[in-house]
Amino acid sequence: MTDSPLLTMRGIVKRFPGVLALGGVELEVRAGEVHCLLGQNGAGKSTLIKVLSASYQPDEGEILWEGEPVALTTPQASMDLGISTIYQELDLVDDLSVAENIFLGHELSRGGFSQRSETIRRTRELLARLGHSEIQPTRSVGRLSPAAQQIVSMARALSQDTRLLILDEPSAVLDQGEVDNLFRVIRDLTSEGVAIVYISHRLEEIRQIGDRITVLKDGSTVATGLAVDQTPTSELIKLMTGRSIEYVFPPRGEAVPADAEPVLDVSGLSLAGVFSDVDLQVRAGEIVGLAGLVGAGRSEIIETLYGARRATAGTVRVNGKELRRGSVPAAVKAGMGLCPEERKSQGLLLDQAVYSNITVSSMSRFSRLGLLDSRAERKRSTELTESLDVRPAGVDRLVRLLSGGNQQKVVLARWLLRECRVLLLDEPTRGVDVGARAEIYALVRSLADSGVAVVVVSSEVEEVLGLADRVLVVREGRVVHVGPSSDIDESRVLDLVMEGKVA
Amino acid sequence: MSEQSTSRGAEHVPDVGEVQNPVTPTRETITVERAGAESPSSGGLMSGPFGRNLGLVLALLLICAAGVVTAGDRFASIDNILTVLRFASALGVVAIGMTFVITGGGIDLSVGALVALCSVWATTFATQTMATDTHWTIMVFAALAVGAGAGLVNGLVIAYGKVVPFITTLAMLAAARGLAEIISERRTQIVTVDGFKDFFGADVLGVPLLVIIFALVSLGGWVLLNRTTFGRRTLAVGGNPEAARLAGINVNRHTVMLYVLVGVCCGLAALMLISRTTTGSSTHGYMWELDAIAAVVIGGTLLTGGRGTIVGTVVGVLIFATLGNVFTLNNQDTSTQAVAKGLIIVVAVLLQQRLARNATST
Repeated sequence: MTDSPLLTMRGIVKRFPGVLALGGVELEVRAGEVHCLLGQNGAGKSTLIKVLSASYQPDEGEILWEGEPVALTTPQASMDLGISTIYQELDLVDDLSVAENIFLGHELSRGGFSQRSETIRRTRELLARLGHSEIQPTRSVGRLSPAAQQIVSMARALSQDTRLLILDEPSAVLDQGEVDNLFRVIRDLTSEGVAIVYISHRLEEIRQIGDRITVLKDGSTVATGLAVDQTPTSELIKLMTGRSIEYVFPPRGEAVPADAEPVLDVSGLSLAGVFSDVDLQVRAGEIVGLAGLVGAGRSEIIETLYGARRATAGTVRVNGKELRRGSVPAAVKAGMGLCPEERKSQGLLLDQAVYSNITVSSMSRFSRLGLLDSRAERKRSTELTESLDVRPAGVDRLVRLLSGGNQQKVVLARWLLRECRVLLLDEPTRGVDVGARAEIYALVRSLADSGVAVVVVSSEVEEVLGLADRVLVVREGRVVHVGPSSDIDESRVLDLVMEGKVA
Repeated sequence: MSEQSTSRGAEHVPDVGEVQNPVTPTRETITVERAGAESPSSGGLMSGPFGRNLGLVLALLLICAAGVVTAGDRFASIDNILTVLRFASALGVVAIGMTFVITGGGIDLSVGALVALCSVWATTFATQTMATDTHWTIMVFAALAVGAGAGLVNGLVIAYGKVVPFITTLAMLAAARGLAEIISERRTQIVTVDGFKDFFGADVLGVPLLVIIFALVSLGGWVLLNRTTFGRRTLAVGGNPEAARLAGINVNRHTVMLYVLVGVCCGLAALMLISRTTTGSSTHGYMWELDAIAAVVIGGTLLTGGRGTIVGTVVGVLIFATLGNVFTLNNQDTSTQAVAKGLIIVVAVLLQQRLARNATST
């Protein structure tokens, strides 16, 4: 073995149209170490993994493998080097057996016939090596628990001489005992010289298992190769949140009187297995922010109060009137509007014109006896897109052809047209460039000033704190903190979402 | 005859993260003048909805030319043209209904069987006796109600039972055809109600009423798809059901209405078929599901939903009808026709995909 690190990445840049996803990432991973990758949502971790697994091609920078430059042009090239990735969303085929999944794509065969018994024997070996001989090689993967499925994914990585294993939030689906077992497996692997890139939000895990840490922020490396045992938590949080983008938030108006009647009144809202007992009051003119990690239940909470999921307990009232559970039309009728998290798949009709995306929730206003007055639709949409400065102009353009920020403005225009009283925003600036962000913030604030009750969900703590009047912190399906956003700062929020206590 | 704005090549947009390239050329019908707005560049002649329909019309003309060359005046006579249209009309009405279901993201394999069931129900001894005693429109009511009812069953099972449309309507195909056989005892039922025969067999200014019905249904379908909230919702539900739902559209209810609509179309088509053949039979509409889907698809309606064209469907129906006529005039058997039909479907869809790809890559 040479002295060079197993993997070196230098100055990796990856651009998407309108977005700089990676702006010069440095990473160095040694054989036999657990290298932790830390960063907030949108910091570029996923993009970096996809560069390593050759799903994306970097625009600039070089990758060295044991000191030699390599080009990761195809996923196969990456696999041939011994790089395996276990994604958060496990990429297993539910209807195939454990053994078939492990050897998918590199099936053991002789003369075109698959060698069933040999496959099963090798599968048993791999599972035993991972300490899970109880998993039946012939069982179909869809019937296994998430933890067992993850073991199958790891067995699949090991079946092809993995030298670098990337684990993306592996503990997200595991309980404590399973996490301990995962760590045991990781230690076994590193003692055999396998390098691990470990991605997790949970700092306590990184303390337990990690050797060194690289911190990403806004697509760049802000620190690399920090020794885990010599870096205090506060330092890490500072590195992750240290401001490099200047957010421009509009000034807050006068405080809404605390005794005003809430427009949106949620009490005891629960969705079995996801979140429970959420209380939330939003008054006219107020912006309430929901902070928390991905998977903490933030999006689920607002989707449930919007009726897109059927609550298992609790009530939602708008202006005192209780809404029917699990009915989006009822929520919309009562004056609610949602800008969903996945703008493309949940928010927009991509192959339709801008104007029909704007009027889709207010069609009755433009129709007489069911006949649409599309001239009026276009006229009103043009007014809205002009006031929101949607570019390029032209309401007959397909929404697909707009950038992320402009698409978001189209969704906002839909609810502006509807004149909704409660606006729910899920990740309103995801995939939106800095300039358009400021415009969206200003727009949301002016909506609130005009008397709309706004709920904002965001993974970016800065955004929640900068935009909202009050903040709810959600951790593992429970509200762990409620208070004015002026009483809490970013590192306290991060402490709350990661460890559940204020440091 | 511009159809609604459509996408070209929805299937081939690379996943490049959050932001799509905003400079792809697009055909604009209205441009708001603004400082800094880029000037719209037009797509190629063949890439817009107009170009797609033009291609279809050319194909139709090509077949007509073949008819004139091989059959001469036997093809190019008013009588023959009216015959073609009269034969195309009932299937055409079904295809219009099918266009809505497919645009809305579904499919209906039971249309042929529903035509048979409606035709049989409307011509049973009991129905006809009642029609003779009271009024012939009883038969019309029976066919439309049976079509709507079967469509309602399809729609409810699909929307609320969450059974995929393919399976639901496949089951309906089997059951409806079977029920038609039971009701008719597999006998051909002759229509004896004169009022019915006189009405549907009439000509208006020399044009058979059946052709006029097809024309009216096509026109109505075009307005419904392109100019109404119902049509807009159909495009939304077919294009992105989740986004439609979160925008406040009652997707389930709309889905049910789409299947009821195609069911009513089947009822109407059954009446037209009864009139043309003066019989009701459990063999009516045999394999019409395939003919209707083929016409819709070569017309340019996206099989995955979200994009539909009534004009395309009408031309698609006419292409197949004319093709059949040309073959018959040249004494070719139906097997040869079937082969030609298959070839046309594949070539048409391949061409459409190429056009779509060119439109996105330029």
